[in-house]
Amino acid sequence: MAVQIRVEVNGTTYEREVEPRLLLVHWLRDELGLTGTNVGCETSLCGACTVLVDGRAVKSCTQLAVQADGSSITTIEGLQQNGELHPLQQAFWDQHGLQCGYCTPGMILAAADLLAQNPRPSEAEIRAALKGNVCRCTGYHNIVKAVRQAAEQMGGG
Amino acid sequence: MFPARFDYHRATTVDDALRLLGEHPGAKLLAGGHSLIPMMKLRLAMPEVLIDVGRVSELKGIEREEGKIYVGALTTHAELAASEVLAAHCPILAEAASKIADPAVRNKGTIGGNVAHADPASDLPAVLVATGAVIHLKGRRQRQVKAADFFTGLLATDLGEDEILTRIEIPDLHGRSGHAGSAYLKYEHPASGYAICGAAAVVKKNADGTCAAASLALNGVSATPFDAARVCRELIGAPLDDAVIRQAVNDHLHVGDPLSDVYASGLYRAELAKVYGRRALRLARDRAR
Repeated sequence: MAVQIRVEVNGTTYEREVEPRLLLVHWLRDELGLTGTNVGCETSLCGACTVLVDGRAVKSCTQLAVQADGSSITTIEGLQQNGELHPLQQAFWDQHGLQCGYCTPGMILAAADLLAQNPRPSEAEIRAALKGNVCRCTGYHNIVKAVRQAAEQMGGG
Repeated sequence: MFPARFDYHRATTVDDALRLLGEHPGAKLLAGGHSLIPMMKLRLAMPEVLIDVGRVSELKGIEREEGKIYVGALTTHAELAASEVLAAHCPILAEAASKIADPAVRNKGTIGGNVAHADPASDLPAVLVATGAVIHLKGRRQRQVKAADFFTGLLATDLGEDEILTRIEIPDLHGRSGHAGSAYLKYEHPASGYAICGAAAVVKKNADGTCAAASLALNGVSATPFDAARVCRELIGAPLDDAVIRQAVNDHLHVGDPLSDVYASGLYRAELAKVYGRRALRLARDRAR
């Protein structure tokens, strides 16, 4: 059984047939080639697969592609504008908010959801918002600094 | 990890979903999917048919009518946590929802899915028992079940295979007779956020500061929410000072058959239940006025 879905991803609308059991993360990676979204723990704990669905951060390993029918998705590939890094991407670079980089796409998209809801987050609020995103390299301090820098640059700070 | 193959149907209304359930015995309902999809990925659940109710608008929203609050089954944990109605009339449900897992999970997981899944380490069931909530079910007929009777065992509820959990009715905790105080506290697993022990307390005070009514339910410690009614009976009419609460909890909060796993032994959980039960009652008392 295949199901027709229509989903906007990073501004482009895709109409595809998908098998119902296909997870959103695999549709993005394997069918659309958007491999910036990583597969981590596969149990909705680590956050490596975080994407924005209709503006809110969700874990794409715990969602079926069919559930995303009709929605608008932003992956890490969709954040830059005309070759310019998004302020969050630039801030992660400037503040050394990554080492191996595996958690970074999910971390940035979780932070993007936070800043959309709360443009001036405190350090505690940033840490709470990133609770579902695990980083095994940085110890989180530089990630928090990066989110603060982005908040300032985006006019909230 | 992929779920086993299944057929997918999308329901547009509750009646449509009930018709599909009738046509496909053994089908599972999909809402946010944050309990069901992990089970399916682990092949602990292998339904042949999924009925997606995630877009059924009549299952959404929080309303207050005649001193009661009605929470639609599809309301997400993030919506519970941000609800002004709950903040004003049942803050303990918003408080517990804000402590579930992490923001991305809260954006997708729903109260109906959570309650129907009945994970003993889930946060909301104990809150529903402590607040005296009523679960509304619809099948061939509509029926209502008290939360205290709804949870029947580990991952087991009174929900029939041909029924849908439509909404949850919660009494207004801040009625004419003053503000009941309420509190949800938990000792959580540091990675998953699941409750190793959670405690939901509601306390109503008389004008002289003595206890008019109290309820306390715990999750994480037993297969179903543990209703500490014996503790609360001791408190009624008593002054609510720390020593009285401590004594009532020590004498009467005994989890008979505590859960035990690699994270915490049964003995440890039974002890945590006393500590968190005490703390939740104290905080609820402080918030009552």
